[in-house]
Amino acid sequence: MNMQTTSRLTAAETALVEAFGAQIGELPGNGAVIGTRDRLLDELKKAGLPTRRIEAWHYTDLKNLLRSVPDVTLVSAIDAIAPLVEGSKVLSILQGTADPKAAVDGIDIALFKDRLADGSAVAGLTALDKDDAIGRINGSFVRDGYAITVPANTELEAPIELQALHAAGQVHTRFPVSFGAASKATIIERHRSVTEDAALVSSISDIALEDGADITWIILQTQGAADTHLGQIRVQLGTDAKLRLFVINAGGKLVRQELRIDVAGEGAELTLRGVNLLGAESHTDVTLVLGHNVPNTNSTEIIRNVVFDRANGVFQGMIRVAPDAQKTDAKMSCNTLLLTDDGGFSAKPELEIFADDVVCGHGATVADIESSHLFYLMARGVPENKARAMLVNAFVAEIVEELEEEKLVEALEGVISAWLERHA
Amino acid sequence: MLEIKNLHARIAEDGTEIIRGLNLTVKAGEIAAIMGPNGSGKSTLSYILSGRQDYEVTEGDILYNGESILELDPAERASKGIFLAFQYPLEIPGVATMQFLKVAMNEQRKARGEAELTTPDFIRRVKDAAEKLKIDQAMLRRPLNVGFSGGEKKRAEILQMALLEPKLCILDETDSGLDIDALKIVADGVNALKSPDRATIVITHYQRLLDYIVPDTVHVLYKGQIIRSGDKALALELEENGYADIIGEAA
Repeated sequence: MNMQTTSRLTAAETALVEAFGAQIGELPGNGAVIGTRDRLLDELKKAGLPTRRIEAWHYTDLKNLLRSVPDVTLVSAIDAIAPLVEGSKVLSILQGTADPKAAVDGIDIALFKDRLADGSAVAGLTALDKDDAIGRINGSFVRDGYAITVPANTELEAPIELQALHAAGQVHTRFPVSFGAASKATIIERHRSVTEDAALVSSISDIALEDGADITWIILQTQGAADTHLGQIRVQLGTDAKLRLFVINAGGKLVRQELRIDVAGEGAELTLRGVNLLGAESHTDVTLVLGHNVPNTNSTEIIRNVVFDRANGVFQGMIRVAPDAQKTDAKMSCNTLLLTDDGGFSAKPELEIFADDVVCGHGATVADIESSHLFYLMARGVPENKARAMLVNAFVAEIVEELEEEKLVEALEGVISAWLERHA
Repeated sequence: MLEIKNLHARIAEDGTEIIRGLNLTVKAGEIAAIMGPNGSGKSTLSYILSGRQDYEVTEGDILYNGESILELDPAERASKGIFLAFQYPLEIPGVATMQFLKVAMNEQRKARGEAELTTPDFIRRVKDAAEKLKIDQAMLRRPLNVGFSGGEKKRAEILQMALLEPKLCILDETDSGLDIDALKIVADGVNALKSPDRATIVITHYQRLLDYIVPDTVHVLYKGQIIRSGDKALALELEENGYADIIGEAA
């Protein structure tokens, strides 16, 4: 290793280091938290932003792709918007600041900045591994968010919407959420820009499902066309816990969504679905690292991508089956509709299986619209552009319909068709 | 209504010539049966009439109501009233059947400068037509043709035909894969649409369908040409003797 590299920071790296310096004394945290922030930033400075030489970042060379970082802007006059699904309880985070008055009957909600101030958040701030750039950036800069506890045996009637809205600047948020045993809830984590000015957003959700919890978690990312979105969700699944995790990317210029999931309780079940709608000159990366760590668990992962214009997409799906995780059943697929000659999609499914009695499979496809399908619709009088839009919509709607909750399906289909109307 | 003149056509991808100088006239009100052995070009003809891009016409013309349709895409042909009931209707996951029917009906109406259907009017039409074809409402709630049996798919094709009210109906092997009860339902559906201003082309292997949909004319297609035309007696003759005699005469 050439130690000289540490001193040659890119413009974006320099901006991050300077932003950190400028916020010393302002970022919330007790001594332990501040110590951790310093350490994380120092690691970031030493390692630099990851390049394609780091395997986990091979298809998303962050050092090269992140050309600049906007200044930290705290002034904001953003108003919360209507929730995605009517009747949801909205917990808003406007320009990175949570609402001290936020409350939902039956669950405990604390401000993450208070957890930083009293030091109770310190353990979760660490990076997951040596290449966890998102953990480092977020841990260094995070200001606020919500820490939520859903008590055992609680069933939430209405979805909770974590509504993260921002204008320009830097926004770093965090959502530790713990779901008690046998609780049931739908959470919509929604990231959205209200301007077209560039922003850098990092957000980590750290969620634990205790035994028998049954949770639907939606991540809906509709950032602006100049935004960088670095998202991460860390998941622990307890015994017999069920998680339906839906990730929808329909915005942003540079997006990385990391899904770090540990299936840690027997009988647990993960359903992961992803929809990536990629247009303009965007780069969007969904990276899954899934550990089946105990026997008798199952998971299915389906990722559907639609690529227009000069967009590029990435899906990395790593499934690790631990040596004693017998009877694991895992199926992963990644299907892409590539509707342009100038864009691309890279899919990298990986299985690391250390147990011998498991069923694991993966598949990836990249195709254009099926010409026989197009002919069939046109032969009934549907004009070509409309027929294409119907087929693209169908390709992703199939995934969304699995959610079954009618209002949620309708709302997400609305987001998808609105996006397709703008891009197709 | 339809006049095919010295039509030559080939598969666009590899240049294989399938239709080799085909002539055929079908009048309004007429039911014309096209029969022929495997590989004679029957399905290709149906695709070329409906505008599938996998084939190119190299010579000749197709006149529909006196105008060439060769430059029209499938959707334009459909809105002018040409309908193909597919031999193998496609399953299209993610496209809801009802939404598809509504879009198709309204797009055709728009193309003809007619007002779009209101939702209640649309639903009433679908309900009425579905009942006649013994199509279950549950089927209509599924994605287009997904999980339908062979017979259900064929009935769904005739449902689309009834709703779209085309002027030229092309039935490509609509009898294949149907049991006798389903065949009767489908044939009743087709016969119900018979009218003096509508023509139907029935493409089939077997005489059986023609017991239920009685043709005015019968044409034998072989190696991309009509080699013999006649009335319904010709279909019976084919049933009796097979294609060998006629092919022998033509050769």
